Amino acid sequence: MKLRRDVFQAIADPTRRTIITLVAASAMTPSAIAENFDYSRQTISKHIQILTECEILEQEQKGREIYYQLNPKGMKEIADFIEPFRKMWDDRFNTLEAVMKSKIHENKK
Amino acid sequence: MEQKTKIDAQEGKQELTITRAFDLPVELVYKAYTEAEFIAQWMGTNVLKLENKNHGSYEFETSHEGNVMFKANGTIHKLIPNQEIVRTFEMENMPIGVQLEFLNFEKVTADKSKLTIQIIYKSEKHRAEQLKLPFAYGLNMAHDKLEQILTSLK
Repeated sequence: MKLRRDVFQAIADPTRRTIITLVAASAMTPSAIAENFDYSRQTISKHIQILTECEILEQEQKGREIYYQLNPKGMKEIADFIEPFRKMWDDRFNTLEAVMKSKIHENKK
Repeated sequence: MEQKTKIDAQEGKQELTITRAFDLPVELVYKAYTEAEFIAQWMGTNVLKLENKNHGSYEFETSHEGNVMFKANGTIHKLIPNQEIVRTFEMENMPIGVQLEFLNFEKVTADKSKLTIQIIYKSEKHRAEQLKLPFAYGLNMAHDKLEQILTSLK
C-alpha cells in the first residue's frame, strides 16, 4: 500500500508551488512546465508526480499529449485547512465581544 | 455576508495575519487583552502573571479537574494603549515554538474597531503545526467555552 503524501508537505516546496502557479493559469504538458525551470526534466517530473499523488494536479489526455491541470478537490483541501483555525479565532473573538459587551451593560446599570 | 474574522496565511510564508472587526470601542478590545479579569473570561484561562509594561511578562494556565491542561507564556515587548501590543507567545509542550505577535488596535467609529494580529513563527513548518491544532481539539474547546459564557450571560 502506498501512503498518501501530506498535501502540506507537497506545497511547502518552492518549485512545486511555482508549478501550481503555472498550471493554475492554464493546463500544461510536462515539457512546457519543465521549460520554466533550470532543473532537469526528470526533477520536474518527480515534482509533478508528487503533486499528482497529493491530488493537487490531475492529468488530462489531449490527443497524444498529457496535460496537467489543477485538481479542484486537492485545492479545496488546502483552502479548508485554514477554516477550522479561522473558526477557532472567530469563536474566541465572539466570546471576547460578548464578555466586553456585558461589561458595558454592567456600567450602564 | 462578510466574515468578521479573517485569516491570511500565504503559502510559503512563516507568518499569518488574523483580522477581526469588533462591535466594540477600541478601548474595550485593548482592555480585553490587558486586564487579567477579561483575559480569564474570554480565553478561558487562569492568568498567573500579567505585567502590562514594556519588557513585562505574562503566564496563563488552564486546569481541568485539578490537572493542568494548557500553559502559555510570553514577554511583552511594547505597549501603546489602545493602539499596539508587541509580544511573544509560547504554548508549553507544543511543537509550535515561540511566536512573535504584533497586535494593532484601530478605532473605526466610536463603537466599532478592528484588530489585526500579525504572527511570525520560527518556520513555515511551525506555522503548519499551529494551523493543524484546531483539528485536534482547539475548535471544540473554544466552542464549549463560548456556549458556557453565552449561557451564563442569559
